[in-house]
Amino acid sequence: MSLLEVTDLRVSFPTADGVVQAVRGVSFTVEAGQTLGIVGESGSGKTVLTQTLLRLTPGGDISGEARFDGIDLLAIPDEDMRRVRGAQIAVIFQDPLTSLHPLFRVGWQISEMIRAHDKSVSKRQGRALAIDLLGRVGIPQPQQRVDDYPHQFSGGMRQRAMIAMALALSPKMIIADEPTTALDATVQAQILELLLELQRESGTALIMITHDLGVVADIADEVMVMYAGRAAEKGSKHEIFYEPHHPYTKGLLESIPNSSAGADRLKPISGQPPSLINLPTGCKFHPRCIYVMDRCVREEPPLVAVGGDGWHRSACWLPPAAAGLGSQAEEARRKVVNKARDGEAAQVAASISGSPDAEGQVIA
Amino acid sequence: MALIRFLIRRILTGIVVIWVVASASFLLFFARPAETVARSLAGRAASPAVLQNAINQLGLNQPILVQYGHYVSRLVHGNLGFSYYDQESVNTILKQDLPPTASLVAGAVILWLIVGLGVGILSATRARSFFDRFATFGVLAGISLPTFVLGELLLLVVFLPLNEHGFHWIQDGYVGPSGGLGQWVGHMVLPWVTLATVQAAVYTRLSRGSLLDTLGEDYIRTARAKGLSERVVIYRHAVRAAMTPVVSQLGVDLGALLGGVVVVETVFGLGGLGQVSVQAVDTDNLPVIIGFVIVAALFVVVANIIVDMCYALLDPRIRIT
Repeated sequence: MSLLEVTDLRVSFPTADGVVQAVRGVSFTVEAGQTLGIVGESGSGKTVLTQTLLRLTPGGDISGEARFDGIDLLAIPDEDMRRVRGAQIAVIFQDPLTSLHPLFRVGWQISEMIRAHDKSVSKRQGRALAIDLLGRVGIPQPQQRVDDYPHQFSGGMRQRAMIAMALALSPKMIIADEPTTALDATVQAQILELLLELQRESGTALIMITHDLGVVADIADEVMVMYAGRAAEKGSKHEIFYEPHHPYTKGLLESIPNSSAGADRLKPISGQPPSLINLPTGCKFHPRCIYVMDRCVREEPPLVAVGGDGWHRSACWLPPAAAGLGSQAEEARRKVVNKARDGEAAQVAASISGSPDAEGQVIA
Repeated sequence: MALIRFLIRRILTGIVVIWVVASASFLLFFARPAETVARSLAGRAASPAVLQNAINQLGLNQPILVQYGHYVSRLVHGNLGFSYYDQESVNTILKQDLPPTASLVAGAVILWLIVGLGVGILSATRARSFFDRFATFGVLAGISLPTFVLGELLLLVVFLPLNEHGFHWIQDGYVGPSGGLGQWVGHMVLPWVTLATVQAAVYTRLSRGSLLDTLGEDYIRTARAKGLSERVVIYRHAVRAAMTPVVSQLGVDLGALLGGVVVVETVFGLGGLGQVSVQAVDTDNLPVIIGFVIVAALFVVVANIIVDMCYALLDPRIRIT
């Protein structure tokens, strides 16, 4: 049995403007000790998805199931949920500058969490544990820094402190929500390396949420690409990076500078992510997809196997043979698309190629 | 240590502030023709001989710098001078009238903080509940009630009917706490309510808004993700952070408070510094006016130092700046 098994999770928020469909039926599993990378643009639902696992999304209408270690996270009483948070599943948030309480000492904040879950730990023991943890995450002179306030820490050190907090109770799983996005490029690499190293030591499962495919390439075992609240494509890291099937995944790869997929010029994905209140018909990516076909406008594709062993899945009407970045795959795609496009899809395709940031053009 | 340095610096600035206020008052009143000043003591219709006598008595024919030197040296020795009206020591006058004002201010501040913060916190944690809506309505009513109207209203609908029906606990006038705590409270409760109502409404609104903002902060989400109970999240993490704007607002309001005190003292016949100062202005009683101004400045300075200390204790980021 997998450590985490999420089945058909849906989250929506009623607002004055309409219902925001943040997550629209996502299923995935995480094995003990493994790393799942969840990739997507802002607004693709990746943060809501993971915060819902800990029920940190107040006001949302939630359905589906999330079995973690045999219990359904979405159904247990609040008090049981409280015992899971921090102790079984820890979260590292995106912005370390605002995620630590500004008025409490860093060490105290770590100790507070330990003592909230284990009443037998004294204040002194809690402080000693905090010093030990701060040392483990590479904070110099932890005996002194333990009594510092967050504003006395740099951004990178604060994220290290957040990681120390996440590790404190040896959770079975850590959710890292864009842990390096708010940091300098040089610090990003250090933090990632630290996370990886600690994960190897402790055997903790990790969900790494990011919009940066480079991060995923460094640390993930499995990858799920999200678009408009659903999984666009799932597979092993190798499959996602070398055999992408979904045009959105391919687009993401091609927009990385100096990647194997990128040619001489960057190819941005044209258009904007859709509004989660007014979703487009059919495939939610079709208004931005250069391979748009008639069927894409009408029907939303299911997530189906496209690879050999059945674990590589994609929600796209293109045939399995169209996976990959090479010229053969491109030919296969073109052939299918040319046959299956007239009327509406042709119009969409024309508007995409007519937009200023369409394929092959880079705005200076 | 940083905290003590901070305190010392604030006290030194406070002394400078009081010196500036004292000097400004001196300039305002004594840097005028000697005869104009002397009329404050001698009266408007005084004959030239009486006027000359007053000038001599006040030393107004000395150079202004010499007068200023005497004035400052008197102040440094804690002597505020003598009333032009009855030659009584200003120190004595202010000392006599300080207790009603101090009772009024202290009680009202405590009352409005308890009510304002209490209702504000309950409202924010139960946002959009019946209680919250009711409190919001109460805030609007409280803010809209002028102090003098509320004071008269309380006299009319609480004080008069109670006393008519033989229930004499609530009284007007002033009796100090040395005459029995119950009696003191009986005399002060209506003035307290009168002075505190508007502020309680303001602080309810302020603390509710501040707490609601804080509850949306990332570090509150962190606190929940740590597995802390909701009670700890709200009362330890959120309320503490939400209090900082409230405390800094208190520093501002305490300064403005002495002005508002006059109305309440008058409505309830408490006597007190406010009434004394108004009388002094009416009778052109310069030493009492200056004495009141300096005492008021002292109050504002001390209140602000206390508020700043609370602020620094509450928020570690303040101390190093």
